[in-house]
Amino acid sequence: MSPGPAAAIAAAVRAGERSAASAVQESLTAIAAGADLGAFNAVTAEAALARAEAIDSAVAAGEDPGPLAGVPVALKDNICTRGTPTTCSSRILEGWEPPYDATVVDLLNAAGAVVVGKTNMDEFAMGSSTENSAFGPTRNPHDPGRVPGGSSGGSAAAVAGGLTPLALASDTGGSIRQPAALCGIVGMKPTYGRVSRYGLVAFASSLDQIGPMARTVTDAALLYSVIAGHDPLDSTSIPEPVGNLNGALAGDVDGLRVGIVTELCGEGIDGDVLARLEAAAGALASAGAEVGEVSVPAAVFGLSAYFLIAPAEASSNLARYDGVRYGLRVPAPGAVDMNVATRTAGFGDEVKRRIMLGSFALSAGYYEAYYGKALKVRTLVMRDFAAAYERFDVLLAPTSPSVAFRFGERTANPLTMYLSDVCTVASNLAGHPAISVPFGSGADGLPVGVQVMAPALGEDVMFRAAAALERLLPGTQPAAARAGSAGAVTKGTAP
Amino acid sequence: MSNRPGGGADIVWEAGSPGLDAPAGTEWEMVIGLEVHAELLTRTKLFSASANSFGGEPNSHIDPVCLGLPGTLPVLNRHAVELAIRVGLALGAEVQPSIFARKNYYYPDMPKNYQISQYDRPINVGGSLELPSGKVVGIVRAHLEEDTGKSTHVGGAGRIDDAAWSLVDYNRAGVPLLEIVSHPDLRSAAEAREYVTELRATLLAVGASDGKMEEGSLRVDANVSVRPLGSPELGTRCEIKNVNSLRSLGRAVTFEARRQIELLSSGERVTQQTRHWNEDTGRTSALRSKEEATDYRYFPEPDLVPLAPDPAWIEQIRAGLPLLPRQRRHRLAAATGQPPARLALVVERGQDELALEATEAGADPEAVLKHLEQNLADGTDRLTAAGLAELITMEQSGELTSNQVKEVLAEMVTSGESPATVARRAGFESVGAGELAGVVDRIIGEHPAEWQRLCAGDDRERKKMRGFFTGQVMRATKGQANGRDVAALLADRAGTDGL
Amino acid sequence: MAERISRHDVVHVAWLARLELSDEELERFTSQLADVLDHAADVEALDLDGVPATSHPYPVGNVLRDDVPEPGLDRAEVLAQAPETEAGQFRVPPVRGEAP
Ligand SMILES: [Mg+2]
Ligand SMILES: [Zn+2]
Repeated sequence: MSPGPAAAIAAAVRAGERSAASAVQESLTAIAAGADLGAFNAVTAEAALARAEAIDSAVAAGEDPGPLAGVPVALKDNICTRGTPTTCSSRILEGWEPPYDATVVDLLNAAGAVVVGKTNMDEFAMGSSTENSAFGPTRNPHDPGRVPGGSSGGSAAAVAGGLTPLALASDTGGSIRQPAALCGIVGMKPTYGRVSRYGLVAFASSLDQIGPMARTVTDAALLYSVIAGHDPLDSTSIPEPVGNLNGALAGDVDGLRVGIVTELCGEGIDGDVLARLEAAAGALASAGAEVGEVSVPAAVFGLSAYFLIAPAEASSNLARYDGVRYGLRVPAPGAVDMNVATRTAGFGDEVKRRIMLGSFALSAGYYEAYYGKALKVRTLVMRDFAAAYERFDVLLAPTSPSVAFRFGERTANPLTMYLSDVCTVASNLAGHPAISVPFGSGADGLPVGVQVMAPALGEDVMFRAAAALERLLPGTQPAAARAGSAGAVTKGTAP
Repeated sequence: MSNRPGGGADIVWEAGSPGLDAPAGTEWEMVIGLEVHAELLTRTKLFSASANSFGGEPNSHIDPVCLGLPGTLPVLNRHAVELAIRVGLALGAEVQPSIFARKNYYYPDMPKNYQISQYDRPINVGGSLELPSGKVVGIVRAHLEEDTGKSTHVGGAGRIDDAAWSLVDYNRAGVPLLEIVSHPDLRSAAEAREYVTELRATLLAVGASDGKMEEGSLRVDANVSVRPLGSPELGTRCEIKNVNSLRSLGRAVTFEARRQIELLSSGERVTQQTRHWNEDTGRTSALRSKEEATDYRYFPEPDLVPLAPDPAWIEQIRAGLPLLPRQRRHRLAAATGQPPARLALVVERGQDELALEATEAGADPEAVLKHLEQNLADGTDRLTAAGLAELITMEQSGELTSNQVKEVLAEMVTSGESPATVARRAGFESVGAGELAGVVDRIIGEHPAEWQRLCAGDDRERKKMRGFFTGQVMRATKGQANGRDVAALLADRAGTDGL
Repeated sequence: MAERISRHDVVHVAWLARLELSDEELERFTSQLADVLDHAADVEALDLDGVPATSHPYPVGNVLRDDVPEPGLDRAEVLAQAPETEAGQFRVPPVRGEAP
């Protein structure tokens, strides 16, 4: 098991073999060179360099800055950072500077990481292509004519393009895993409640989780280990302690029971993607895993439930953007008119669609038919997964039904865009951990990700399978992709 | 569990004019249910750690959570839950596992544009409140929710509909509230006031709220409807808001019932709506913009987890409850033989403990209550039960006249001294026995004809003359003679057992 | 198939959500939302009788915080983010009518 680029930086910085300042400067240089990717909404160069110097002083003084010492990290722009704008790529929050830090930001700082900026995203994390950003799209480092996926497209592109070794993002229906797959990196959604949501601007509260994006499974595990744990500021935070993952990352898959979810490998999944999934299953089998097929019947209904539950919660979560306390205000003669004018001007179409859909699903006369029913479907999804995990340790499925698509390809019909999440939403509904691991390329040489799912708090076994997949991929090159026309994207990890 | 109509109505209107559903001569009955919002006496807010304190500079007790800033999450205040349970237990409610829900509506003083409240699974369900009159009012529920901020409407003489702009202060946002909803069991303005008074006393007793209506820590909304007397059905109700005192409550429900009766009597309908009580005009008026027909879109609050208080915790809270006003009335009733209704005032003033002790010390309960009701309205301060009992003995033995008793009592309240000490200092000491006998004999000698009438007259005559001689003796002793001693001496001289 | 969401419904939810729609948007959003609801109709095939609702994916309960005050936010820092302020308060255009 080779250390990932983040682990390498941290090890070197902790050992006094290289400075945090040089690591951060290298990342800042790469960010500047990769500006065409549109990965960042804000770069906090000055603060990052100052912090890097503080870390270097600490090392010089014999202190250990922590497991992420000097590692540059990008944050999705829905994670609150005190004094640095947090916009959710929305006009309605443009310029808003939170007066507090998210819990994960505190944890990053305590671990010696250096936040270098805020990354672009679909507005309020609603989308699968990062085309819904009010500040322009992010480009896929593998092909600038294609989307990086979404909603965490900025974080995915930053890591895949070599701008930062690590990024944090959020996953409500696949927003970490799908862009990770499309950009050829590792993206992981933890068990719901494993990572504090305090300071994550809510999209859908019962589905949202913050998780790591990295170029290797070990780096993802490293970042995950830093941010996971109980937080008294989040009532839904899980109190059980977080285990050490070292054994899992080094372990083999001999005897591991791996189930391929048949419902997620059928209609609507491209052949090149299915071929890579089969290759992954074969590789695990050859390494000693017991691979079989498993049916999770309710998984196919996940998307329907998801597109009622998530908008319903969003319609309420986004009610607070009303022009009164922060963010945009469009003046009008009365308070109600002002609310309407502000929200009408401040939100993009996708956000409006979902807010209206969610309001409808909750409204008098429709609650039982839509929201109420969706919560019951959620129960079925959980039951079916529970049954599957009686027979299998982990489940395997594609992450995305296709490789990265071209800009504009799915914007005309929102439903076609929603279908991008078909393989990922079930884990969010169930609250289970899942990770997307790059496993070669499909059509047009574009990356394909394979998804490993595990039961609640099964991060250990999930990482075990993911690390094995990474090792088993022939010609493994867990390095940054070259950004086609994005100019000279330098690798942030050259020693 | 509640007094149903059919004789309970103490206010009945007669319709002025006949209406379609209301023939001439219809007698109407008022039906009232109350929703009381009580701010709970916690140190911090319901879901965050900034201070729950009244007043102060605007926006000086704010934090990211109570401001509803993006990314913030609520965490429930244990003490607020305990206070809610205390109230629930005091009302005899069932304390049950509960969840929180979001109630969605827009208003600038509500930071998230949804209120975290409880909806289909509140912490307390059922229960009742017994009023001093003995009436038992059913309780539907008592649930936890967060308060909003405070809007000040500027310009337009402060009237909300003419304001030029509004200012919002979020100090109150997130303050814990307990919303206590009664059944529509109340039948008059007086009963509505009695209910709020008793509920307030109960909240104070368990330490849940300071109950200050004028400061808004106790707020009352009244659901009012009317129906023909004896009808089992409920009429269409209106919810009256902005009732800020007990007096307003009485006025508002009376006005609203009259308004509804007039409508019904002239063949019109009552439209279900929320109405605003205007203290200045003494009228209720419909609140505007009802076309949005309040679709609150309640759904379970995903940021909070279910609350299922440990039964052991509930029992511990129950064990720590003080005696409630109702229990104190009943306790005093048992000790004094008086009906609880009469004892409400004494209990309300917190004088029941004193009354009990004085009674136990042997004082006549009636006399104890009379003094507490009539002479101690301003409080009992340093008065002790023993002192009060002793004073009542002195009064009843005739040692002190009733005027002297009042004076002595007033002194005892401030000085804490015994009645004997006070009376002695004031020169209220009784005339000595020997001296008194001399005075009686002298006066008999001075009025032989009257004495003859006392000794030989009929009952009426004797009674009249007894009064005459007693008066003479009192005048001669400047009122310091003990009435009982005088009577005994007169009886002795007349050779009778008593006069 | 019955109309899953009407223009009238969309007007209503736009009002609930404090959004204003042009005629073109009303048309477009109505048909797009109908598409999504049509797709969601696949759950009608499921027998959900007696199935409980799941609102939280992980069972955590009774999370309570001690009633201990902590310093709040600096008012100036908060008001600095507000569109309009006056005398230490958030200023808004006139609010016509009370909270519902
Ligand atoms: Mg209410
Ligand atoms: Zn309420």
